[in-house]
Amino acid sequence: MNETERLVDLIPRLRRYARALVSDRASADDLVQDTLERAWAKLHLYRRGTDLRAWLFTVMHNVHVNKVRSSRPTDTLDDEMPELALRPPQADALLVRDLDRAIALLPAEQRAVLLLVTLEDLSYEEVARTLGIPIGTVMSRLSRAREKLRALMLGQSAAAKLKVVK
Amino acid sequence: MSEESPITEADLHAYADGRLGAPRRAELDAWLATRPEEAERVAGIRETSAQLRAFYDPVLGEPVPARLELAASGRRERASRGRWGTAAFAAGWMALGAALGALATWQIVATRVVPAPAAENAAIARRAAVAHAVYSPEVRHPVEVGADQEQHLVTWLSKRLGLKLKAPRLEEAGMSLVGGRLLPGEVGPVAQFMYQSERGRRMTLYVRAESAPHRETAFRYARENNVGVFYWVEQTCSYAIASSDLSKEELLSIATMVYKQLEP
Repeated sequence: MNETERLVDLIPRLRRYARALVSDRASADDLVQDTLERAWAKLHLYRRGTDLRAWLFTVMHNVHVNKVRSSRPTDTLDDEMPELALRPPQADALLVRDLDRAIALLPAEQRAVLLLVTLEDLSYEEVARTLGIPIGTVMSRLSRAREKLRALMLGQSAAAKLKVVK
Repeated sequence: MSEESPITEADLHAYADGRLGAPRRAELDAWLATRPEEAERVAGIRETSAQLRAFYDPVLGEPVPARLELAASGRRERASRGRWGTAAFAAGWMALGAALGALATWQIVATRVVPAPAAENAAIARRAAVAHAVYSPEVRHPVEVGADQEQHLVTWLSKRLGLKLKAPRLEEAGMSLVGGRLLPGEVGPVAQFMYQSERGRRMTLYVRAESAPHRETAFRYARENNVGVFYWVEQTCSYAIASSDLSKEELLSIATMVYKQLEP
């Protein structure tokens, strides 16, 4: 299988991760497109025989970080908006909607770790390599992401203290 | 369970994620058996992971847009970015670049539009986003007057705003009217109509009367705290459509629908 075929095969995976990462559909696909274009430009840096998928996530991560850093919305609204209240779960559809919303409320670096672990099923070591962070940081971000998510899903403030388990 | 390897927070996550080898897993099994609170937490982690996958996995089955296949095959056809980018660039408007990917209806409005300064109009986007964030999570009181009294609602709001309003029909987009309410604006009353899909996704239409005839603008998009807003200015009033539940594309298609229906 050549690179093109393998890249095409991986598009759905990239889209799924991107959708969870940026939540609105058009921007998510823009992110995938930028990632693929970047991957082609940098293909010489990819080491054959290593996991192409993990490498693409690294590329996507870098593209995403640069985008977030450089782009502002068309019209930047002020920061004084109230936090969007979470609707209490009444039905499954709403509950799932709230999950999506809660994910979006996580700090970006925690969200990336959580999604790579749960959605993409990367090993903790792969996540560390993909994001270029130590494995200890992966574990602490994963832990904080889940704690915050749980607090959000319970409709509590995210100030819940991390439990230290001995 | 051995004394020299205490159970750590990392172990719990690895256990919940199924990343432990059999021996360590057995240790955790034994450890959790006597700690219901931790066991419950692990179960919660697993449940959330399953929900996450259930929510995002359907993306895997969606048809892949052609522009992504092109990009994957290494053909650099930047022009195909976000179907509407090309039209937008052709209109000679887009010095602003990146965030403007989806101005679909540009062409509809382009012929009669004089661009107004962005800052002047951004206020309406912000206010519409705030109003959406405040009222859309309401379960029991999302609106003051419900859709069952639509005629009354429209007459009342029209009278207060001094405009002939109507509530657009958005069934085609899967959204039906929940009702509306009157809100304070910067200089006078503002109307908010709320719509909801069968699945409970909500969107609000924010309408403000303009005291002096205004320079009209095209659709603009803004986003803050999860609320996406498309807004535009007509001669006598401004509109903003806000939602945190709909994608930018969905929001845009609704904005287009509203625009067409409200066209004088």
